Amino acid sequence: MKRFGLISVPYFWLLALFLVPFLIVLKISLSDTALAIPPYTPTLDLSQGWAGFTEWWSGLDMENFTWLTQDDLYWKAYLSSLKIATISTILALLVGFPIAYGMSRAPDDWRPTLMMLIILPFWTSFLIRVYAWKAILSQEGLLNQFLMNIGLIGEPLTILNTNTAVYIGIVYTYLPFMVLPIYSALERLDESLLEAAEDLGCSRMTAFWLVTLPLAKQGIIAGSFLVFIPAMGEFVIPSLLGGSKTLMIGKVLWEEFFSNRDWPVASAVAVILLLILIIPIVLFQRNEEKQREAGK
Amino acid sequence: MSDAATVSAPAEFEPWKDPQAKPLIRFQNVTKRFGDFTAIDDLTIDIFEKEFFALLGPSGCGKTTMMRMLGGFETQTEGQILIDGQDVAPIPPNKRAVNMMFQSYALFPHLSVAENIAFGLKRDKLPKDQIAARVEEMLSLVQLNKFANRKPHQISGGQRQRVALARSLAKAPKLLLLDEPLGALDKKLRQDTQFELMDIQEQTGTTFVIVTHDQEEAMTVASRIAVMDHGKIIQVDTPAKIYEEPGSIYVADFIGDVNLIEGNVTNSGDDHATISWAEGQQDLIGIAHDEIPAGTSATLAIRPEKVNISTEKPADMTNIVHGKVLDIAYLGNMSTYVIETPTGQHIKAQAANTRRIRRRAITWEQEVWLSFTDTAGVVLTS
Repeated sequence: MKRFGLISVPYFWLLALFLVPFLIVLKISLSDTALAIPPYTPTLDLSQGWAGFTEWWSGLDMENFTWLTQDDLYWKAYLSSLKIATISTILALLVGFPIAYGMSRAPDDWRPTLMMLIILPFWTSFLIRVYAWKAILSQEGLLNQFLMNIGLIGEPLTILNTNTAVYIGIVYTYLPFMVLPIYSALERLDESLLEAAEDLGCSRMTAFWLVTLPLAKQGIIAGSFLVFIPAMGEFVIPSLLGGSKTLMIGKVLWEEFFSNRDWPVASAVAVILLLILIIPIVLFQRNEEKQREAGK
Repeated sequence: MSDAATVSAPAEFEPWKDPQAKPLIRFQNVTKRFGDFTAIDDLTIDIFEKEFFALLGPSGCGKTTMMRMLGGFETQTEGQILIDGQDVAPIPPNKRAVNMMFQSYALFPHLSVAENIAFGLKRDKLPKDQIAARVEEMLSLVQLNKFANRKPHQISGGQRQRVALARSLAKAPKLLLLDEPLGALDKKLRQDTQFELMDIQEQTGTTFVIVTHDQEEAMTVASRIAVMDHGKIIQVDTPAKIYEEPGSIYVADFIGDVNLIEGNVTNSGDDHATISWAEGQQDLIGIAHDEIPAGTSATLAIRPEKVNISTEKPADMTNIVHGKVLDIAYLGNMSTYVIETPTGQHIKAQAANTRRIRRRAITWEQEVWLSFTDTAGVVLTS
């Protein structure tokens, strides 16, 4: 009984904070827009009893989802988000793996400090840090000034308000999510495994490919999903650093909701985004399970 | 069949006694320092082909460092290490005909048992069928054919130990290094595995160098034992010599149980020395190969199982000590008696329990006589 109580707490939490809001969003996505408060119909009127419920039920339809397939803005935005999230994940992996590797090979007494440095950016608001990148990447920004001062470029580079700035922003923001799982996988790696590989005829390089990398696989997969999933629905970074041409589904969603005040379409966009993300989330869960099994 | 015309009895395997024999491994004045710490201190030793050589000592004595230098994972600060007459300092671990079995086994967790064994063979770019045949051969050697496709975490500790052994033997190295190979096994399994190790060593004809802190293990498996302490080798000898005739008090004390009786030499010569050790007790005689000047303080080392215990004074024994029983430890197959002499020294004696416990004659507080022959103990000065 006590155990049941303990388990039920997180389930209740999930139910209240995830499932209920999702059902509300799902319901709105099946409604029609209306000039009213709230800005959609039908609303459930239980004072009329069963008749009120059937009337509400018959008012729901799939119209908004059909609409999403008709206007090519939406699928283009989904595809573009997919592309940006994928490229950002790969870049984060390329930057994050060497950092994690370096941390795991660092002397024992350095590791807490290095770990601290990775987590340190979280101490300031995410919004402020993304704003800071505006100051770095703009035409007169720090990066351009620096590159021009050392004479590497003559003309300032246009980075801000392009997809490049979005990649930089996403990689910067989500880097710790990539580094930490890889670090935890590499840290557990027994040094004697590499010595054994060398002893059996591997060079350092082949030992890395045949032993280090396969054993870091779970960490790499976990880190990639932790970057990919939030990057897919990212809104703040593309709207602050990206340009008018940067198309991401998070931005579309925001505009539908706040500019067009079309809650039903915005909800439909969100529901589809969630369905798209379920695939990587399920894969991520399966990876975690495998890791737990191997750890036994 | 060819030139061996005269059939002789199989000679004792003692290449270290043959001045013509070429050593497989030679440590020549090797010193290894880590910062200020000297792990190996000016060490010189030869190890011969087909030997099962044990490096024995307490933790931190430098035995693991010696092994890691042979494997190529450490480089000596001074001196020279020769394997097969060749200076190995510039050869990296992956180019040495030496394989190592790690203390943690270091099995690759992402590979199956068969893939682990094949790992080294694949690095040599051998043809596939040859690798498969060799893996099969190794699996049979350690009797793990049924487990070829299991992952390391799906087999028991003893099986993992055998996989590690098979993997390190797969490349048929000239020299196999074993770092505390049985340390992680429980006692019963360890004893069985010790005999298995010896069989495998004999079957494959590989030279084994084993590092261990377990003296019983070293005694069981090794052809020769090097007892180490503080980066130096204290004594190198066969297990029997090390046990029966330790060269120093340190070795006598480190290997097995021993009584150390301190006294002064009164007479020496003819491979024996006599010491006087306590008032009212007669002098004791033990082996001493070198003559020791009279008056030198010395220690007689004698194993408890070589000491007889009796309730009446034996008539014809060289060494006799009188005392009373202080303690009896019943070990099942034998009992250890702790005897206190009138001057307060404690001496242990062991006797096999050939009779049921109730019928035994000796009990606590009883006056007894201990006796041993003049070749049972050794007189040591250092």
